[in-house]
Amino acid sequence: MTDASLSAVLPGFPQMLKGRWGVGGMSLTVWLGLLGVLLNRWARFGAGWGGPLDHQIASLTVVAGLLGAWGWSMFDVSRPAEMERSGIGQWSLTARAFKKNRVAVIGVMVVVWIYLIALITPLIAPHDPATQASLLTARLVAPGGEFPLGTDHLSRDVFSRIMYGARISLSIGFIAVGISVTIGTLLGAVSGYLGGWVDTVVMRFVDMVISFPRLVLLIAIVALFESNSIFLIMAVLGLTQWPGTARIVRGEVLSLREREFIEAARALGFSRRRIILRHVIPNALAPVIVTATLGVGNVIVLEAGLSFLGLGLQPPTPSWGSMVSDGRGYLLDAWWISTFSGLAIVLTVVAFNLVGDGLRDALDPRLRT
Amino acid sequence: MPLLEVTDLRTYFTTDAGVARAVDGVSLQVGTGETLGIVGESGCGKTVTALSVLGLIPSPPGEIVVGSSIRFNDEELLEVKPARLREIRGNAISMIFQEPMTSLNPVLTVGHQIEEVLRLHRGLNKRDARATGVALLAEVGIPDPDQRFDAYPHQMSGGMLQRVMIAIALSCEPRLLIADEPTTALDVTIQAQILDLLVSLQRKHGMALLLITHDLGVIAEVCDRVVVMYGGQIVETGTTEEILTRPEHPYTQGLLASLPGIGDRDVRLNPIPGTVPSAVDWPDGCRFRDRCSFAWERCAESAPDLLPVDAGSSRSARCWLVDPDDSSSGLAGEPT
Repeated sequence: MTDASLSAVLPGFPQMLKGRWGVGGMSLTVWLGLLGVLLNRWARFGAGWGGPLDHQIASLTVVAGLLGAWGWSMFDVSRPAEMERSGIGQWSLTARAFKKNRVAVIGVMVVVWIYLIALITPLIAPHDPATQASLLTARLVAPGGEFPLGTDHLSRDVFSRIMYGARISLSIGFIAVGISVTIGTLLGAVSGYLGGWVDTVVMRFVDMVISFPRLVLLIAIVALFESNSIFLIMAVLGLTQWPGTARIVRGEVLSLREREFIEAARALGFSRRRIILRHVIPNALAPVIVTATLGVGNVIVLEAGLSFLGLGLQPPTPSWGSMVSDGRGYLLDAWWISTFSGLAIVLTVVAFNLVGDGLRDALDPRLRT
Repeated sequence: MPLLEVTDLRTYFTTDAGVARAVDGVSLQVGTGETLGIVGESGCGKTVTALSVLGLIPSPPGEIVVGSSIRFNDEELLEVKPARLREIRGNAISMIFQEPMTSLNPVLTVGHQIEEVLRLHRGLNKRDARATGVALLAEVGIPDPDQRFDAYPHQMSGGMLQRVMIAIALSCEPRLLIADEPTTALDVTIQAQILDLLVSLQRKHGMALLLITHDLGVIAEVCDRVVVMYGGQIVETGTTEEILTRPEHPYTQGLLASLPGIGDRDVRLNPIPGTVPSAVDWPDGCRFRDRCSFAWERCAESAPDLLPVDAGSSRSARCWLVDPDDSSSGLAGEPT
């Protein structure tokens, strides 16, 4: 059987046979997994197109994932083996180093799968996360049967709630880190490049934000607004996460701005804005990517902490932190509520940290051989 | 009217140890299409002079003292607005740096960096910029320019990168090219190639070249006129031939004497004794006095100006030895 026909049936499998188990395994598992979802939930998949937005997104994700895995694999096997691009940039060198780190590649696969599951949750969740089955007969049911991970004290399905909770945790993690990385990188780069009083003001502000106990600040802000919408939580977490990034970027920029190519850029008549955005920041991105990845895990834990304290999202909305908190009182009778939601947090955070560590090693030229 | 006219340039730096007078009263002219060499030891102010012309002195700690003047094409560069200065840099005046390996942004392809200049200063769109960029790479002698255009700096050798730097510097057809030790970081065979390239491109485009070097061999090959700098000042000027064959200033003589010759295997090198004094604390009188074998009392009492060597020529030297009115000349007495 040729690679092309094998790839048409099992995308990623030919690549795995050639030892490229990372990308190959990724597209193979995505292909098989989504195909399984499609076959098992055909009715929901079809109904999804006319349903609410998250159903539409879920159906779209299935189609896009299948096409992506299949299309990539077909493109990859049809490509001549020895095709080398003339430009090998920093990123392809990094990718090469990253792929050698098996644990980190597994981390990426877990992260991708968590995101996929979060996106297609409406198709696969066995129950509605807020629906109570029956307070009389289905309260605190042990895992197995109709409820794979049991039910909670309000007879809601824990498995479905964990999957819906993934969407909350991941979007909060993603957007909060997006906000913090943008602010941190810009402020750090400007402060490091301009130096002088700008630097002093920005860095003292950073010291101020860092010196304030973060959880206390979060509790104060959330309590102040008396509303716990997801956007408020994202904004608050994002706006308190940036000082670390700003410090790291500033440190990088302080050494970058003395480099000759920055002087050459000035000699070419580039404006300060252009130099900072196009020449300084791209050179300082490596540590930013690492802190961003590690930051996602950090923010997810913080959000869980807030929810645990009851300052997270409004109760019917499933969130991992509030589920751990809900199960707290029933740990001896119904261990599954807190345990499985806690495991979800651990799995996600560990996966992100593995990716972050892998990126840090891959982006550090001193560790590259 | 010269293309570039620097008059009494003083660039001082404030340091913890005091004010470093890195460039202390330099005046020079570069005519259209002319090649002027600036030669001198490390720390004599060559590079600071060049950076001052482009307005690239970091301030603080650097400062160009009031009274200095840098006129380019009848425009006072020390008084123009920053935006106008940015228009001039890379466009009318370009600069090539010493270290080609570190003068290009490592995360961008060389093509991208050429394109960026073309798009900024000449307003080309992406496709035209690429075509022009590839043509420029071909012009500076890079084989396979279409392929190399997409290469990253770390994939190219030092000589190739210096060619790329030259291509970037020439991309907007500058009227003045400042080359700060363009061959120092390269090996000898490549040095010759790069110099040839610079000279031929200069002829072709009719631009002026301000070449900064510590290598008298480079000066001999390329320059029309030479300025010798020592201690932040010009100590001697003249045509290349005059300077190399009949140096007047003891420092220039010392520089020439310290050159090893081919075949002089058994002859010891003949360096200038001592080191350049600190720019924070230049000696009173003549700044070269401590290292000069001709120095006498007058050198400690007062510093000479740039004195004309022969009446009617542009030749001058900052040394009492060439002072025709001097009665106490050390030439008559014994060198101390």
